[in-house]
Amino acid sequence: MLAALLLSWWLLPTHALLLNEIAILALFAVSLDLILGYAGIVSLGHAAFFGIGSYAAAIFAKLVMPDPWVGMAVAITSAALLGAACSVLILRGSDLTRLMVTLGVASILYELANKLDTLTGGADGLQGVVMGPLLTPLGALEFDIAGRTAYAYTLAVLVVCLLIARRLVHSPFGYSLQALRDNRLRAQSIGLSVNMRLVAVYTIAAAMAGAAGGLLAQTSGFSSLDVFDFHRSAEVMLVLVIGGTGYLYGGIFGAVVFKLMHDLISAWTPQYWNFWMGLFLVVLVLVGRDKFVRPWTWFGVAKP
Amino acid sequence: MSRVVLETRGLLKRFGGIVPTNDVSIRVHKGARHALIGPNGAGKTTLVNLLTGVLEPTSGSIWLDGQDITRLAPHLRVRRGIVRTFQINQSFSELTPLQSLALTVSAQLGLSGGFWKPLGSDARVAPACEKLLAQFHLDDVMNQKVALLAYGKRRLLEIATALACEPRVLLLDEPVAGVPEGERQEIFDIVGALPADVSVLLIEHDMDLVFNFAKSVTVLVNGAVFAEGDVQAIANDPRVKAVYLGEGETAGEAAHG
Amino acid sequence: MLTLLFDGIAYGMLLFILAVGLAVTLGLMNFINLAHGAFAMAGGYITVLLMNRLGVPFLVCLPLAFLGAALIGAVLEPLLYRRMYARPHLDQVLFSIGLVFMAVTAVDYVVGGVQQNVQIPVWLKGRFDIEWVGIGKYRLFIIGVCAALTLALQWVLSNTRFGSQLRASVDDPRVAGGLGLNVNRIFLLTFAFGSGLAGLGGALGAEVLGLDPTFPLKFLIYFLIVVSVGGTTTLTGPLLAALLLGIADVAGKYYVPKLGAFIVYTLMIVILLVRPQGLFARAGGGK
Repeated sequence: MLAALLLSWWLLPTHALLLNEIAILALFAVSLDLILGYAGIVSLGHAAFFGIGSYAAAIFAKLVMPDPWVGMAVAITSAALLGAACSVLILRGSDLTRLMVTLGVASILYELANKLDTLTGGADGLQGVVMGPLLTPLGALEFDIAGRTAYAYTLAVLVVCLLIARRLVHSPFGYSLQALRDNRLRAQSIGLSVNMRLVAVYTIAAAMAGAAGGLLAQTSGFSSLDVFDFHRSAEVMLVLVIGGTGYLYGGIFGAVVFKLMHDLISAWTPQYWNFWMGLFLVVLVLVGRDKFVRPWTWFGVAKP
Repeated sequence: MSRVVLETRGLLKRFGGIVPTNDVSIRVHKGARHALIGPNGAGKTTLVNLLTGVLEPTSGSIWLDGQDITRLAPHLRVRRGIVRTFQINQSFSELTPLQSLALTVSAQLGLSGGFWKPLGSDARVAPACEKLLAQFHLDDVMNQKVALLAYGKRRLLEIATALACEPRVLLLDEPVAGVPEGERQEIFDIVGALPADVSVLLIEHDMDLVFNFAKSVTVLVNGAVFAEGDVQAIANDPRVKAVYLGEGETAGEAAHG
Repeated sequence: MLTLLFDGIAYGMLLFILAVGLAVTLGLMNFINLAHGAFAMAGGYITVLLMNRLGVPFLVCLPLAFLGAALIGAVLEPLLYRRMYARPHLDQVLFSIGLVFMAVTAVDYVVGGVQQNVQIPVWLKGRFDIEWVGIGKYRLFIIGVCAALTLALQWVLSNTRFGSQLRASVDDPRVAGGLGLNVNRIFLLTFAFGSGLAGLGGALGAEVLGLDPTFPLKFLIYFLIVVSVGGTTTLTGPLLAALLLGIADVAGKYYVPKLGAFIVYTLMIVILLVRPQGLFARAGGGK
């Protein structure tokens, strides 16, 4: 997997921009997998953390300093703080409550970004985010138009996050999350503290989503309101549904497939992409992902 | 008389108009083999839920080894040594028995928060799991997802998981419930072979298990303690027979008739 | 100030009628239907098309909107929704999101994205100005219709056989089925009815709330707020929640326009934090 990622940088230089988008989306999806696939929390507002990372990085670059790494750290920290604060909200209540609360937070942030337009550029978005070179002391590796440097940067962040996530899910902590997801009552009955775990995983997932958002702002040069939009939260869930939850790489596969599908279908009907996405989602959920990838099972043979 | 490890004092639970647990005071001694019986709806599982902290009592108190645990959170009670099995299997359906036990053992060793090293990397985890898997005849299915296992095997895993928590007091909630006739003996044997220093509170309908295993019995009727004493006395008590054993439960009489 | 209250009540009652179908679907089938707003939109567009293209009078359009949306619901329920009842909530959410996207873009394609205008009849335009209160005639009409509907709903639930069958099924579908109730039929009728009400709400609300293809998504969060704060076990819960929401939104937008919807969202989060089962849910009930 890692080899494939690295190879993509070398072999497909002309597609660096597209690959960059895919990688960012993949990172965002993997972060959602942590709470959705591994801890079982249904969130409709994961874009909140993506957005905060994006705006934090953009504002930091414009107002303080354009160093990408420091900006990334700022994005991650702000998202993590927000995640920790919001994790309190998802501890209690039913699925519906959690859905509402997560949606509510994303909506609030959307409104905030809209109203605080002196800082965020409001509905126009924050333009002209120029990043400094990647290795500032050496003055090397400027972000280039073709996006190769940007992609390398994104890949680096993605790989680091993946490695961390991998260690996480194979650790006792990771298994305890799955236990939580499968049977909260049982998890308590073997002595696991439910709340602390939920807070921890939500914060980590938020931090990663913030990293993805920061990457977007830094590599594309601007940040706008749609980073908080419901569409974004819905899209990333679709990515995970396509790729599969609970085994970490689903986010990557899903992102690749999704982006390719998007570009293909958008070229054909630019306005109505959403319709096909909706249809795809409905069919996928109705039929079930496992059956979907095996078209010969669609009609007839009922599985026991 | 050995010391009291688990005690409730005037434990009461009220849900609106219903009182499933009505002023219950029981004592479990160290090494006990104590059974809790009563007709359906007597409040046995509610009592277990109160003891483990899943439910909060309306009044009364619970004492573990002389310490008041009435306000203690459920997962902390487990760490203090009071562990239960569930009447209806509660398992981690997507994990394997090996993973479930490894997680439980790790939790016992305090490693469950570790997020860097893989599960089972600590040298103490694997041997403990192996021992439990062998003891409960789960080695052949140890790498299958629990969701795919037969009911009897899942019941064994349920008890194995409880034992993996190294309990001081073990609350067994109807361990043979729903288990086919042919697989019950396995569970009887395992329950019978539990370490002597573990105090066991057994909730059961199956009179064979109660009379073979328990040394003392509490009878619960309508949420209140109806009778208490050693197993022979209870088996022969005419009031108990009338209220419980006499209600078509021929198994009890067959065992002693 | 009282005018604001009045407007808020009108808004709230409208929201209630719009959202009550969602509350019942959630309470009865345990199904989170994010596409509920699409039925409202359908009702609105049916009304607009009938009025503008065919010249059908407004009052006649209202029941037609109800029927149209109910029909769509009655078709979709056995076809699609019924298969999703047993699925985990995540699947339901994704499924209904997919439906909404389809509906929104389909309407955009067929009718165009321009906001539609509803010409309410002349006798409903204007307002009464009484002392300190300005009572818009149309809003009064809305309150009247919605109140009547609410009373009718309450009556059906408590006094008819269908009502008690419905309540039994909400409490415990398996037991209800075991008692010989045709749970499938009850689900179908209820879903259709709830969708119909949404359609009616959409028709009524087109003038007040604005009607364009993004309607279901714009107001989704409001419907969800009504249901999650009001709970799904009673009829009065969502009603009170909707009224609260309506008043809060109108007042908020008037007094603190800078913050607007922000207040409503924060209020919701605070409420759900304190009482995750909703403000009005019966203690010990709910899911």
